[in-house]
Amino acid sequence: MGIMNKDVWVFIEQRNGKPADASFELLSKGRKLAENLNSSLKAVVIGSNVKSLAEETFKFGATETFVVDHPELEHFRTLPYSRILNELVENYRPRVLLFGATVIGRDLAPRVASHTKSGLTADCTDLQISTVKYLKKDYEDLLLQIRPAFGGNIIATIITPDVETQMATVREGVMRLEPLSTPVNGKITNIPYQPNEFDELIKIIEQHRQENKVNLKAAPIIVSGGYGMGTKENFKLIHDLAATIGGEVAGSRAAVDAGFVSADRQVGQTGVTVRPKLYIACGISGAIQHRAGMKESNKIIAINSDPDAPIFSVAHYGIVGDATQIIPMFINVFKQKLR
Amino acid sequence: MGLHSIVMVKQVPDTANISGQVMKEDGTVNRAKLPAIFNHEDRVALELALQIKDLYGGKVTVITMGPPRASDILRECLFMGADEAILISDRKFAGADTLATSYVLSEAIKKIGKYDFVLAGRQAIDGDTAQVGPQTAEKLNIPQITYVEEILEVSNSKVKVKRKIDGGFEILEAALPVLLTVLKDAAFPRPYKAKRIMAYKNAKTLMELEKITEGNSLLYIDQLKDEYQTKKLYIQTLTMDDLKLEEERCGVHGSPTKVHKIESVVLAGGNHEMIEPNKNGVSYLIDKLLEDHILG
Repeated sequence: MGIMNKDVWVFIEQRNGKPADASFELLSKGRKLAENLNSSLKAVVIGSNVKSLAEETFKFGATETFVVDHPELEHFRTLPYSRILNELVENYRPRVLLFGATVIGRDLAPRVASHTKSGLTADCTDLQISTVKYLKKDYEDLLLQIRPAFGGNIIATIITPDVETQMATVREGVMRLEPLSTPVNGKITNIPYQPNEFDELIKIIEQHRQENKVNLKAAPIIVSGGYGMGTKENFKLIHDLAATIGGEVAGSRAAVDAGFVSADRQVGQTGVTVRPKLYIACGISGAIQHRAGMKESNKIIAINSDPDAPIFSVAHYGIVGDATQIIPMFINVFKQKLR
Repeated sequence: MGLHSIVMVKQVPDTANISGQVMKEDGTVNRAKLPAIFNHEDRVALELALQIKDLYGGKVTVITMGPPRASDILRECLFMGADEAILISDRKFAGADTLATSYVLSEAIKKIGKYDFVLAGRQAIDGDTAQVGPQTAEKLNIPQITYVEEILEVSNSKVKVKRKIDGGFEILEAALPVLLTVLKDAAFPRPYKAKRIMAYKNAKTLMELEKITEGNSLLYIDQLKDEYQTKKLYIQTLTMDDLKLEEERCGVHGSPTKVHKIESVVLAGGNHEMIEPNKNGVSYLIDKLLEDHILG
């Protein structure tokens, strides 16, 4: 492949001009990947009046930011956004391109990967750079795309050895946000946008958005319930405990699927990754996808009737028992002590 | 008039119910032991296609790429009300990632011909990637709408849908044809009709008919296929050659993503402190948390 471009790119997602958290988290991770590759971190910003947003990327180490600024690009639309990225990828061929695994990222990334025939791995929980031997061939500096697979029974490391651009999506909160103390002296490169008839095949009629109704990431205490709570009625105990100790309510995917708790409160690989001061897991068995989203909490209490539940492997305190009995006990004792 | 919907469905291992037996000693998954089920969101997509047909007339075709046993879910689609089911199956498709899968599916859709909708679930539970839908739309060069929560109306070669976005929803209007991927609450799949079960339980794919002829030297495959076709019990079966596909874009060869390493999930030994499941235990724990300024 001759002289290969080794740059790491991050697609910066904006909603009403505000950057998605996942994008700046990915810049923070991308900076380290670029260091490992001895290359540059670059960002792509698409929108309307996004110059100041583009400059924010320099705080996270982007040395060059491609800006496509046009009134028609104010809101995300699959067709023009993917067309712009396709052209950028084909012209510059970055070595790595990262997207937040948001609704927009998961809509956009596969379309771009298909067009540019790139490899794409969804919902990675870790990214690394390493030299890899694959089918007796040595590949220098590949992107290791690590994610749980098969219902969380295995952790797979995916590589895309024979493509020019390696693509991955990562959920919000998985990578840590690490702004630089002094922004880099980055460059803005403006890319012109030519509207196209094809872009108009889909029109936005209305848009309704309420930002951050639930902010699990910022909560110092989280009380989380799983399928083991049994019923939606029992799940109220999670709310009671959270209210008593000043915490936010969360749940596992199984609890969301069972309708015990809303999807915006889901902790785990396909939900939010959290690092609170205290995480209380009630009736959560602790599949790896769930553990991936909470194992870095400062203190973890696990309450589960099954002593072999995997949740205990990440817990600091374990209580083997029925959460529906332990929680009321906890609430009563706590209230007495505060008196 | 009438609208043609093509629904992409997938048979998936029931990853939600993996038992100890399914894991091999080396930590890999023994797929053969996993029960195979109809991916739920794809069933929702079929329901929406059937609702479009109920309202506006037309036809519903389901397609799946998979091993021969994926015919099970095609029969289920016929039980629900699909007009036609097609199995796309070839040993050379084995090991396909989303890019190779979307290539095969898009070529099959092109061969089927004119359509107004391509529908699929948002994602399949075995990989949760949500990539095949958008990648198929890209290859068909048609627009896509992912995360569809509701189809609001179809008129004048346009469809209006409600889709989920981060923190809310939007209403989009798309010109047909369009590819939609749908969320599980977009519709409630209808039950099978007893009459359709009786009619289609014996529907068979080419591989299944071949199995029958293998055990009977008096039966010829072409004859049997004709017979099933006349009875409308033949599940059309397409191979790589039938679709005139480029082999290097199929299966493992056409898949840029490779599995480099698989680790079984080994649980670190319990480093945690056990707390008695009674009042004393809970009281001790709360004291500790108060002391460490984690609570209070």
